[in-house]
Order: sequence, then structure tokens, then C-alpha cells
Amino acid sequence: MTDNGKDFLRELHDPEAPVPPELQSSVAVTSFGRLLSTVYNWGRRNSIWPMAFGLACCAIEMIATAASRFDQSRFGMEVIRASPRQADLMIISGTVTKKMVVPIVRLYNQMAEPKYVLAMGACAIGGGPFKEGYNVVSGIDKYLPVDVYVPGCPPTPQALLYGFIALQKKIDQQMLTNPNSVPWYGRGPSEAVPLPILGPDVIDPRQAHMLRRRAGAAGQEAAASPAAESDLEAEA
Amino acid sequence: MTDQVPAAENLSPTDEALSVLQNQFPNAVRRDDRDGYSGIVVDPARLVEVATYARDSLGYDYLSSATAVDYLGKGDHLEMVYHAYRTTGGAALVIKAQTDREAATLPSLTPVWPGANFQEREAYDLMGIRFEGHPNLKRILLWEGFHGHPLRKDWKEPYYEQEQKPFDSRWPNGRVVRSEEHNPYGKNVQYPDDFDLDGYTSPAEAAVYEEMNLGVDIRSDLATERMVVSLGPQHPSTHGVFRMVAQINGETIQQLEPVMGYLHRNHEQIGERNTFLQNMPFTDRLDYFCSLSNNLGYAIAVEQLMSLGARYQPPTYRAEVLRVLMAELTRIVNHMVAIGFLLNDLGAFFTPMMYAMIERELILDFFEAVTGSRMMCNYMRFGGTAMDLPERIRGEANLVNDRVRDFNTMEFLRELILERLPRAVDQINEYLTTSEIVTNRCIGVGVLPRADAIALSTAGPVLRASGVAYDVRRAEPYSIYPELEFDVVVRDHGDIYDRYLVRIEEMIESLKILRQILPKLEETQGQPFFAGRGGIYSPRVPAGESYGRVENPKGELGFYIVSDGGQNPWRYHVRAPSFINLTALERMSKGYKIADAVGILGSIDIVLGEVDR
Ligand code: SF4
Repeated sequence: MTDNGKDFLRELHDPEAPVPPELQSSVAVTSFGRLLSTVYNWGRRNSIWPMAFGLACCAIEMIATAASRFDQSRFGMEVIRASPRQADLMIISGTVTKKMVVPIVRLYNQMAEPKYVLAMGACAIGGGPFKEGYNVVSGIDKYLPVDVYVPGCPPTPQALLYGFIALQKKIDQQMLTNPNSVPWYGRGPSEAVPLPILGPDVIDPRQAHMLRRRAGAAGQEAAASPAAESDLEAEA
Repeated sequence: MTDQVPAAENLSPTDEALSVLQNQFPNAVRRDDRDGYSGIVVDPARLVEVATYARDSLGYDYLSSATAVDYLGKGDHLEMVYHAYRTTGGAALVIKAQTDREAATLPSLTPVWPGANFQEREAYDLMGIRFEGHPNLKRILLWEGFHGHPLRKDWKEPYYEQEQKPFDSRWPNGRVVRSEEHNPYGKNVQYPDDFDLDGYTSPAEAAVYEEMNLGVDIRSDLATERMVVSLGPQHPSTHGVFRMVAQINGETIQQLEPVMGYLHRNHEQIGERNTFLQNMPFTDRLDYFCSLSNNLGYAIAVEQLMSLGARYQPPTYRAEVLRVLMAELTRIVNHMVAIGFLLNDLGAFFTPMMYAMIERELILDFFEAVTGSRMMCNYMRFGGTAMDLPERIRGEANLVNDRVRDFNTMEFLRELILERLPRAVDQINEYLTTSEIVTNRCIGVGVLPRADAIALSTAGPVLRASGVAYDVRRAEPYSIYPELEFDVVVRDHGDIYDRYLVRIEEMIESLKILRQILPKLEETQGQPFFAGRGGIYSPRVPAGESYGRVENPKGELGFYIVSDGGQNPWRYHVRAPSFINLTALERMSKGYKIADAVGILGSIDIVLGEVDR
């Protein structure tokens, strides 16, 4: 969409437009922009394609959700794609380890927008039972933006379905005309999440400055007074 | 199908082996005489010779488990522990070798038992023991470049709080602070002091491809280039986050290396901080299709240890009946799903899986009614089970078509075992066994000869499909299996098709067992399902070691536990069948097409929770 087109839409969409009280119960759409968004979202919410991507135990419940008893195709979600390019939804179904977070971030970056992330289970939300493990990322939201959290260990298929419904509700609220509601309706391409690096421990490039500062402080410390506290510790 | 007779036992394997070995290798072999320990301690310099002798002359041809223990503060050495068995049945010969913690080096036993390959790599990765003569010694679960060896007792994880649970901050004070808040990065990370990011390149990815021989093959006048294909960790046929790196020429696999650790969630290290009982729910998450039989394996291992002490009460008869009921139902769930996945991999996308899932749901209903959870059952306890069967199976969680389900438990079970499941097995058998897709793609593909199957320490259906009648339920019986009548399923060709058939037949055998269990369930109704007082949260576990193993659907699941008499295990190691079965993956796939590798992997039936732990 060109910038001009966007401005035009923004004019059309005026959330402040008054609706007379007697009409309030029967008027749902007050602007062209809202109509467009509603139709557009109706299509999107009913054809979310998840990525075929299982991480751990939760993935089995995810498969059970897709199987006949729970049948996620009722939500238009049965098209499970193995390629991130064709998927709209990434279900983080299980424990995210440091070794795995690199491919996960890469896959997320490869997904076409609009894209959503659903954190399924205690592990994906915050590390779960394995949180203290040395190779476990305590929650995928340390790296990726998460749209829906579904708690449980594992969440039952019913819970996952509820999560899908929550995601649909969220999609309903995203306005084409409001560039601030979601990054992909704004101007310009959105930024990729920087890939973590497998060093002595996993390194998040967004925290590289902290690491450098610490290395610097350690160097100075060694040179000058051994008692000086590194600024990292002071920060903590 | 053959029956197996357990070897006559009048002399313990240790005594028997010692008498011979001490003659053969004077001064190199001694009895492990620590309290509660068994087996022999071998001088590292003679380890390979002793192992070769044990294999060739004493008949211990099957290396079940190899793992390391760090005795920091208890002699300050690292110890490798090998459990070797005879494929004709009987107890283990436990071989140990000790080395210094500083420059930890031991000879590799891969020339004797090639099945030690991955296990030694794991010991190198997590304990830092170097194995001389190992063909490919690099990290296996973590990545190349990781700092330190995390299972050493003096290595502390970033979220380290205390040596032992329950942590003081949680109980009794209850002042919990999120671990992130203690960490300067707000994440579960730590870096060595001298680490400098500038100019750093990660060696992790390069190390994966290190062993691959690239280049050009020239046959007559056709030059073909070898290339490397990396499948996974995100790939629909790798059953989770498994990765295979294959070097192919045309479409033929010439070299294949499994790359794992993408789900390494530190089961063993967390297990060593937990109390004994706290580990029970963690075992659910090993092989998450078979949580109940994992529970059983762990319970048996700890009960073995507890039986060394006074005041130990073995599980009651009712408990054993319940345990076998659960374990066999689990086997059916697993084999159903395994066959569904195998067909997925062969190209019959999702339809057979759907059929498998229907039966799984029914059995899961039962699990949920009994244990409270569909998958993570946490059901076994040391001395019995956590609860008895409920009278009725009902509840809103089981809503189907908006009707609350309500059945009498025994009737539900009877219908399930006598009608539903046999029908389902027959159905799968009828639709798939003679199906062209299955026969064309499976017969004669991924052959694993008998000798290799034993040498590579494979277990379960993979081993039995290669003509070895080895089933822990018969070879070293546990629970009430000696009372039950069933056959050990064996097939001879060792290809994908035989592995598939073994699974089908094992389901039939499991149903046979379950039919014998039904009357026992009725007879024992109302009897205690737990020996001793209920609700024992910290059982008294005397110092010593034990290796408890059960025949899990995927193969032999073993727990090696060392206790120092305290509240938590000093060492807690899981011998994961699908991890060790993967040792044979390269042998099975070499020379076949890359498309077959997917089917071969499916026929091994791996589950990543267990492979990576
Ligand atoms: S939340 Fe529980 S079930 Fe899900 S991956 Fe984590 S441990 Fe497994």
C-alpha cells in the first residue's frame, strides 16, 4: 500500500465519528476503514495456517488437537505447513533450549507477515519445570514477541483451542487503518529479530553491549584495583 | 517367536567374572567393595583388554549403558560405569574405571562395543572425560564451544540457587524471587570471565560438518560431486527437533551423522538437585508417549536401592497389577502412534496417524480418569502407585458431543481391552501390512544385521527385528511378568518392515497380557495399592548404586542411580533407548537413498524428550 493510500484510509477511518444513541445497537461499522478491516480480518482469522513445528511434549497435544477428536480444522487451521514462508502462526509447543532458540528465531524471521506466535505450555511461557536447566531458555518471549500464552503442562487440547480463539479475537481487533496497532501495517519493512549466537553460552546480540562492557570492566579490573566491582554487578 | 529362559543364577555375575578375570589380569581387576556397590573396578590401562575378554570369553556381548559419575569430595575422581549383559539373559556385569578429575582420560571402548559411541560422547560433553581412540569425540548434547562440563559437581548453572531441593527460598520461608532478577542479563546465561565478544566466531555450526568428506568421486568417466544435506531440526519427518546431516552422492547416503541436543533440557542435572520423589514427574517428560512406563522404570531403580536398607516394604500385589496394566496400555499407545508416524514418513500423510490417535484418545481417557492427567501421569510411587483405579470414569474433561461420559471403570476397561483395541489392531494390520506403500518402501530397506544390532547396543523392537530375542521382561524379569504368559516377538530380516511387524505383534502380545491382568484386577480389588504409609515424600534411600531397567515400548529404559544416603540422588542417569538406538542410524541408512533415511528414522521410533533428555 502506498503512503497516499494509507492517508486516504486514515481519513476514512475516524473512530470519533458519532453514532446516534438510537442506532448504537444496530451500527457496527462506522467507517470504510473499519469495514475493510472487518472483512479483511474475517478472512485472516478463519484461515490461520500454523507451522508444522513441534518442540517437545506439548507438540503431542498439539497433534492431538489437530486429530479427529478435537479437530482444529473447525477454526480453519488444518493447513499445517512445514515451511515458514507459508505459515501465519508459530506454535512454540514445548521447551525452548539455547541450542534450539537459534533456529526458532531464524524461522520466525522467515515467516511472512502478518505473523503470530503462540506460546504453548509452561516451558514456552517461562521455562516450566526445566527452567533452572543450564540449556533452557526461560520463556520464548525473551526473544520473540508472543501473542497468546496458553498455560499448562501440557495444556489440554481444549486449552489450546481456547488459545486459538483468543488469537482470533486479537486478530479481530487489528485495524488496517491504524499503523500503530501492529507493526506490519506501519511504514517500511519491520525489523528482523537478531539471531542469537552460540558462544560459551547463548548470546543475544541485543545484549552485546552489556557483554562488551563487562569484558572491558574485567580488563580494567585486572590492570588496576582487584577490589573494584564491575559495573555489571553494580547493575544487578 | 521364541521364549526366553533366564540364565540360572547361583553365582552373582561379579563373583563369577572376578574369579576368572583376576587370574587373567592379575592386579588390574578388583571388586568394588564400597557399601551398596557391585561390580568390578578395572585399571584404565587394561580396560580395553578386560572388556574384550568379558565380551568374547565371558559372553557379555551387549553393552547396555555407559555413563560417568563425578565423586567430588568422595574420593575426588571421575568414574565410568559400564553395564554389560549377555543377550541370552541374566544380570549385568558392572565394569568401572576411574580417572583423575583434572586430566580426565580413559580409553574408549568403542572398538569393543561400538554402542558406546554416543554414550562416551555424552560423558565427554557433560563430564569432560576424554576418550582415547574414540572415532568422533565432540560434544553431542551441547554445542561445540560451550563453557565447561555441566554435570561435574563443581559446575554451577546460571540460575544456581542451592545444591539441594527444596530450596530455602521456597520452603519453609516462601520468599521466592524470580531467578531472572538475580541475573545481570535477565536471562538464563553466564559467560566465563575472559570471554570477549569482539572477533568471536561460534564454532558450533562448523563442528557439525567437520567429519563430512566432501569432494568429487570419479567413476569411469562420470564425475559426481558429494554434497551435504542437513535435515532438521525443523523438519516434518524428524519427529521433533532432531537433525540429520547426511553426505550424499546423487541420492545415495554415504555418511550420516545424527545431530541432537536441540531438546537437551538438563534432565539429569535437575534430577540431581531434586529429591528422589521430585524426579517422578520429570520422568514423565522423558518419553512423553510412555510416561507411565518411565515412572515404572524409575520406581524400580529406587526401590532396588531402598531394598538395601532396613524397613523396606516391596510394592503390594495390587500395585504390581496396576503397574503392568498401565505399562502395557502405554505400549499399545506408543506402538499405535509409532506406526502412524512411520506411515507419515513414508508418505501416507496423516490418515493412519488419525486412526492411531483415535485409540490413543480412548486410552488417554482412562489415564486421565486414574491419574488426573492425560500425558504427564506421575502415577508410580516407591512401593506402589499414587492411587487406585476410580470406580467410575467420568467428568467434564471427557465431554464428547456435549455428553458427560460416565462408565464403570471395569466395564470401560473390559470393553477397551477385549473389543476396542483388538479391533483397532486388526484394522491397522489389515489396512497397512499388505499395503503397497508399506511393502514397497519397507521390505529390504534399512537393514541392520543381527551382529551389528547387538554391537551397536540397540534395544526394543529394533533389536528384536534383527533376530535377537531380547526382552527385559524375560531376560531379567521384574514386577509380575514371570507370572504372565506372553511371547517375545522376534523377526529376522532387520529391515523397516520387520520393525513394523514386531510392533504390530507386540501390540497383540500386550493385549494378551492385558487379558490376563483383567481377572487379577478384579481379584485384588480393595487391596492396598501402596506398601507402608501413604504420602511418603522423602523416602529413606540408603547409600549405594542401582541400575533399574524396564522394557519400555521403545527399548530398554534404564536408570542408574547413585545415592550418598542423602535426600537427593548423587547421580541420576537415564539410559534412554531411543538415544542409543540412534547409534545404529548411520549403519542402517548407508547405501540407501536419502528418502529412505526418513523412513528408517521413523522405524527406529525416537522421541526427542528421551534422546536429548
Ligand atoms: S510445558 Fe510441560 S508438557 Fe509442555 S513441553 Fe514443557 S514440560 Fe513438556
